[in-house]
Amino acid sequence: MKKFLAVRIVNILVTLFVIATVTFFLMKLLPGSPFDEEKLAGLSDEDRMEFYARYGLDQPVAVQYAKYMGNLVKGDLGISYYYKGQQVESLISSRIGPSALLGAQAALLGVSIGLILGMIAAFRHNTMWDFFTMFIAVIGVAIPNFVFAALLQYYVGLKWGILPVAFWESYDSSILPTIALSMMVIALIARFMRNEMLEVLQQDYILTAKSKGLSQMNVIIRHTLRNSMIPIITILGPITVSLLTGSLVIENIFGVPGIGSLFVDSIKVNDYTTIMGLTLFYSAFYILTILVVDLLYGIVDPRIRLTGSKG
Amino acid sequence: MTNTNLEKYEVKETEGVFREDSFKVVGAKKESQDTIARPHVGILKESWLRLTKNKGAVVSLVIISLLVLLALLGPYMNEYTYEQTDYDKAFQEPNGEHWFGTDKFGRDQWTRIWEGTRISLYIALLASVLDLAIGVIYGSISALVGGKVDNIMQRIIEVLVGIPNLILIILLIMLMKPGIFTITVAMVITGWVNMARLVRSQVFKLKSQEFILASRALGASNGRLIKEHFIPNTLGLIIVNMMFTIPSAIFTEAFLSFIGLGLQEPLASLGVLINDGFEGMRNNFYLLLYPTLVIVGLMICFNLLADGLRDALDPKMRK
Repeated sequence: MKKFLAVRIVNILVTLFVIATVTFFLMKLLPGSPFDEEKLAGLSDEDRMEFYARYGLDQPVAVQYAKYMGNLVKGDLGISYYYKGQQVESLISSRIGPSALLGAQAALLGVSIGLILGMIAAFRHNTMWDFFTMFIAVIGVAIPNFVFAALLQYYVGLKWGILPVAFWESYDSSILPTIALSMMVIALIARFMRNEMLEVLQQDYILTAKSKGLSQMNVIIRHTLRNSMIPIITILGPITVSLLTGSLVIENIFGVPGIGSLFVDSIKVNDYTTIMGLTLFYSAFYILTILVVDLLYGIVDPRIRLTGSKG
Repeated sequence: MTNTNLEKYEVKETEGVFREDSFKVVGAKKESQDTIARPHVGILKESWLRLTKNKGAVVSLVIISLLVLLALLGPYMNEYTYEQTDYDKAFQEPNGEHWFGTDKFGRDQWTRIWEGTRISLYIALLASVLDLAIGVIYGSISALVGGKVDNIMQRIIEVLVGIPNLILIILLIMLMKPGIFTITVAMVITGWVNMARLVRSQVFKLKSQEFILASRALGASNGRLIKEHFIPNTLGLIIVNMMFTIPSAIFTEAFLSFIGLGLQEPLASLGVLINDGFEGMRNNFYLLLYPTLVIVGLMICFNLLADGLRDALDPKMRK
């Protein structure tokens, strides 16, 4: 176990190093500049050099790279090119709240509805219920989340005027984006849960439990549910991805001041340091999720030993 | 051979009342036991038969064919081109002349939607074919060669898997100017990994199975093993994965357009059209509605068809 963890952590650090390096040089290769070229051209040579020096752009690329990596270790992501004088890490931390709230709500909503739908479909296998649930699952996977968000905004927000469409003012503003974000999660979980339950229901131990005379409820809760929920952990990775990438468009559509809209805005204004910082942040978050999933899986399912026999 | 075997089991007269001639074989005719009663059905035909029993998949196949046909012919069904502007006729609701209405520049939406569908489908198809080619080659080399090579190839994949795909695609598109080709390339750079992993694990599984060992023991060459065993046994997996890649590529392209990294005007793709439609949604909902219907139709049908194919190509589902 310890060895497994050590190997994984080294792997993660290598991966993050590669990602940081690649994004750094990608940003250096990018055409265009975040600054107003015309204004810069109007400055005297001295002023221009001073301006570049402020962002550390007067030095050779190799030095910039070494500096960036050195600061990175200290948790310093550099100064934003667009938001004057702001550190990227403080930009991220000031805008992470709404994103975290949306993500958590969407995950909670998606997982609970998905589980319920999946259970219904499995227990009513090959009935209208099953058909209906799987229809929702297919739709959830198939409709692009921004299309769904746009339709929600049009009907619920504009036509019927039930909920606010944009602006982050009260708790109500988080409802529509949460629903839009959770759709994919619902679909993924419902489909997975259904298949798992159908498999578990065919196992001998369910038959044993039934023939022991356990009530239907007991069989469901103590044997079926518990065993079918274990593999759900494995799709936490894809779910995290769908929430992360979903937030990019959905925060933009509903005007949520989160890191998703920060990322898209930075792309539009060529704010390279912020783009790099967020890329690293997203990657780190994703990699850590996968690590947690692997660890959890080993704990929850005793049949799986991560490295050989000694756990 | 048969004689010696029979002699061993010959019933001795002294041991009991049963003699060899006490029994007579009834009904079983040796010739008829070996005849093949039903016509031989190949794996492709069998899968096809199973697929056609799946209503959802059949309907999806029909709808996809219809949409593909419209994407190919639609733009030529009226006299307008996708870039032809007419400012006097901007924002016309769908009518007899402009079947899907016109956009803010007075361009014909019908033509633009089918032109866009064609471009979206083209990008998706190209991306999934390239994914397939790279993924299959990479995955099978990794699994067949094994050892150190496999180890290094897997490390590379691990690093790539660590980055959320869309983020990497966004960075790549920023580097290369958005266009049909660059969008495809950006998607392929991240997309092949999934196929490579699937193929690798499947080939690994096959490698250790008895029928491969038996074939090798009988003297089959590597080429023959690959041709007769590895390819047929991974083909289903590859086809199904490719079918799931197409809708996700359609989605990625639309996603990129939506955050402003899509094709440039006047080119249209479904994503570009949806983005335009979203901007004009408050007053001209039809601009959002039609491209949305097309993309949702494509996504649902490709997903259902892929589901159906997965079941149809899985020999374990044979009844």
